[in-house]
Amino acid sequence: MTMHTLPRRLGLAVVTAVIVWFLSVRLDTFRDFQIAQVAVYVPAVAGLTVLTGLSGQISLGNGAFMAIGAYATALLLLHLNWPFVAALVASAAVTAVAGGIVGVAAARLRGPYLAGLTLLLGVALPSLAFAYQGVFGADQGLSVTFTTPAFLGATFPLTRWQAWVSTVVALVTLVLLANLCYSRIGRNWRAVRDDEVAAALDGVNVAVTRTLAFVVSAVCAGLAGSLLAIVTSLVAPGAYTITLSIALLTAAVIGGLGSLPGALWGSLLIVLLPTYVTDVATSHGLSSSVGSNIPIAAYGAVLILVMLAFPQGIQGGLRRLLTLFTGPDAKTRIPGDAPAPHVTPQADEAPASQTEKEGTS
Amino acid sequence: MRRNHRLRWQAAAIMTVAALAVAACSSSSTSSSSPGSGSTSSSAALTASAPGITATTITIGSHQPLTGPAAPGYSEIAPAANAYFSYVNAHGGVYGRKIVYKYLDDAYNPTTTTSVVHELVLQDNVYALFNGLGTPTHLAVVSFLNAQKVPDVFVASGCECWNNPTQYPETFGWQLDYVREGKILGNYIKQHYAGKKIGYFYQNDEFGQDGVKGLDFEIPHSAVVSRQTYVPTNVNIAPQVAALRASGAQVVVAFSIPAFTALLKLNSLKLGFSPTLVVSDVGSDPITLGGLVTSFAKQGGATVNGSQLINGIITDAYLPALSTSDSWYVLFKKIHDQYEPKAPLDGNFFYGMSVAYTFVQAMLKAGRNPTRADLVTAIQGGMPQGPAVAPYSYSSSDHSGITGAYMGVIQNGVVVQQGPVLVTDTSASGAITTYSGSEQQAPASGIPSP
Repeated sequence: MTMHTLPRRLGLAVVTAVIVWFLSVRLDTFRDFQIAQVAVYVPAVAGLTVLTGLSGQISLGNGAFMAIGAYATALLLLHLNWPFVAALVASAAVTAVAGGIVGVAAARLRGPYLAGLTLLLGVALPSLAFAYQGVFGADQGLSVTFTTPAFLGATFPLTRWQAWVSTVVALVTLVLLANLCYSRIGRNWRAVRDDEVAAALDGVNVAVTRTLAFVVSAVCAGLAGSLLAIVTSLVAPGAYTITLSIALLTAAVIGGLGSLPGALWGSLLIVLLPTYVTDVATSHGLSSSVGSNIPIAAYGAVLILVMLAFPQGIQGGLRRLLTLFTGPDAKTRIPGDAPAPHVTPQADEAPASQTEKEGTS
Repeated sequence: MRRNHRLRWQAAAIMTVAALAVAACSSSSTSSSSPGSGSTSSSAALTASAPGITATTITIGSHQPLTGPAAPGYSEIAPAANAYFSYVNAHGGVYGRKIVYKYLDDAYNPTTTTSVVHELVLQDNVYALFNGLGTPTHLAVVSFLNAQKVPDVFVASGCECWNNPTQYPETFGWQLDYVREGKILGNYIKQHYAGKKIGYFYQNDEFGQDGVKGLDFEIPHSAVVSRQTYVPTNVNIAPQVAALRASGAQVVVAFSIPAFTALLKLNSLKLGFSPTLVVSDVGSDPITLGGLVTSFAKQGGATVNGSQLINGIITDAYLPALSTSDSWYVLFKKIHDQYEPKAPLDGNFFYGMSVAYTFVQAMLKAGRNPTRADLVTAIQGGMPQGPAVAPYSYSSSDHSGITGAYMGVIQNGVVVQQGPVLVTDTSASGAITTYSGSEQQAPASGIPSP
C-alpha cells in the first residue's frame, strides 16, 4: 500500500503546488499575501489535528510552540544571518526539543489536566519576551528582514515569494505527516488513542508514543511560527497569545479533527473569515463599535453552525455530501487492506467517537 | 485501496473549491485605480492622479485598536477623525473630492496590524496611511509602507522612531514626541521640586523609555531614587508602587497609558502613599482617567470619586484645553454634536479631530491632482500650525511633528494651563524656550484655507 500511496501523495502535492503557483501569478499581491497567511497556518493546524485526532491528546499550547519557532528563526536571521532554510530547520529542531520536554510531562496527563498544562504553556511562554527584553525585544518584538531572491528580479512582489515559500513548506509538511500517519507510528497513535491497555498489551510503548505525537505536533507548529515570522516580518508576543492557540484548535475542529485536508479548510477559515466579515460590515455602513466586534461574533456563529451541521467538521461534511452523490463506495468494502486489526479504517479522516469523548471530557 | 480513491476525490474537490473561492474573492478587487501623472494647475480637471485618488474621492486607511486592551479611550480617535472628514466632505471636500476613511481594527496586536495594512495597501489601494495608532503596532508596518512608497502620515504615537527621513522618507510623526515631552516635564520638576526625591514609573517599551530619556536630560541622576516599570499586559503593579513608596519618592513621574495611571493612583491610595504625581499627556486625559479610577475602584469593591481623586495631577498638553473659550473647542464641539453626538467629547476626540484637520491642511497643500510624492513634499515644506499650541518641525530632514507643550494641572476634570508654551528639540543639550508665537484661531468655516 505504501508503495502506491507515496507517489500518489507526492503527485497530489505537486498538483496543489502548481495550482497555488497559478493562482499566485494570476491574482493580485494582496491575494498572494492571503495565500501565504493560509499556508502559514496549515502546518500548525495539521500538527494539532494529528495530535488531537490521532493520538487523542488535546493541546491549548501550540501557539507557544509557534512562538518558539518564530523567535528561533528571528534570532538566527537577525544575529547570525543564516539563510532562511537553515533557520527553518534549526527552528524545527528547537521546537522538537521543547515539544519533547512538554510531551514527557503531557504523556502522564489526561483530558482536562493535559489541557490545563498546555494552557499554562500558551499563557506563560509569551511573557518571557517581557522578562528578557534585551533578547526578545518585549512588546515590539524582533523585526525580520525577508527579501525576494535576486534571480526573480527587483520588481517581483515580496508577497508572492512569501506565498511560494510558505506553500512549499506547508505541502512538504503535509506529505510527511500523511506518510507518518499511515506508518507504524501512526497506527500506534490510533491504537493508543482507542485503548491504551490494549495497545500496551500489543507491545506499544504508550508513553513514548504519546510523547512522539507531541514532538511531531510541536515541530509542525514551529515550522508555522518560522513561516509567520517571514510573512509578517515581525515576531512579537502579541501574535502568540492564548487566542492563537485557541484559533488553531478551532481550525482543527472546524476542518475536521484528524483530517489533513481539514487542516486546509480550517486555515482558510481562520484567515479569510475575519477579513471578509469586516469588509461586509464596513460596506454596510455599520458603526465602528458594532462592526469591529462582528468578526468575533461571526467566528462563534460559524463554529456553532459547523458543529451543528457537520459534527465531523467541514471535511466530514464534504465526505457525507460526496457519498450522497456517489453512494457508498463499493470498493471500500474490499477487505485485506486495513492496516491493523483494531484501527478504525477511517480514523485519520473522521474523529472516532472516542476522540470526541476525550476532547471534551 | 479505498483510501486512495477517497484521497483523490477529496483532493480534487478541495482544490477545485479552493481555486474557485480564491478566484471569486479576488474578482471584486483586482481592478484598481490607474496611476496618472498629476497636473497641478488650478483649473485642471480632477483626475485619478495617484493610487487611492479618483475624480471624486480620496481613499485613506488606518489601523486602530477598536477592540482589545488599548481600545478604551483610543478607539474614539478614528471615529472623531472620520467625523471631521464627514464635515469637510459636506462642505465641498478637498478640491471637490470626498475623503473616504477606512480604518481597520488591529486590536493593538502587531501581527494583525501587518495583516490589515497589507489589505489596505494591496487590496484597497489607499492613497496614504493616516494616523496608524500605536508604537509596537506601527513599527510592524513602517518598513512595508516605505517599501511600497505609501505616505505614512501623522502616526498616532510619540515615538522618536518616526523621525527618520533617511530610512523612512514616507513616515511622519504628528503628536509631541516623548523625548521632547520628557524634557519639558523634567524641566518643570527640576525647577519646582529641586532637592526632592524623584521616582519614575513608566511603560517598559519605546514609549516609556523615550520619555525617561527626555526626563534624564533634565533631572539630575542623583535625585532619582527609584525607577519602576510595568508592561501593559500585567495589571498587578502593587510591587512597583510599594518600591516607590519604600524609596521615599516625594515626586513620581509617570509615562503610562490612562489605565496604568489610574492603577498607580489607586495603588498609592491603598498604601497611604501620596507623592506629587506628574503624568505624561498620553496618560492624563482627565475625563478618561477619572472614569477609569472610578470604575477600577468599583471592581475592587470601593466607591471613590475618580474625577476628584485626580485633582492636582501635574501634566502637559500640546492641544488646547477643552474650554468653551477656545475657538477649536467650539468648532470641534459643533462637528461632534452633528456627526458623532454619542461619543464622549474628551481629549481623545479632540485629538482625532485635530489630526484630521492637519491631514486636510496637507492635502490642500499637496495640490489639485496630487501624486503620493506631492503629499510628502507638501508636509516637508512645513505645515501651518492649526490646533496645536506649538509649531510643527516638518522639513526634509525632520519628520517629527509638534515641538512643544504647556504645563498644566488637573482641576475639576480639565487641565488648567500653568505658564507659557515651551518648545524644545530632542537633543540632550537643546534648550527649552518659551514659544513667542500665539495660538492659531480656528477658521470660521471650520476648514483650513488652501
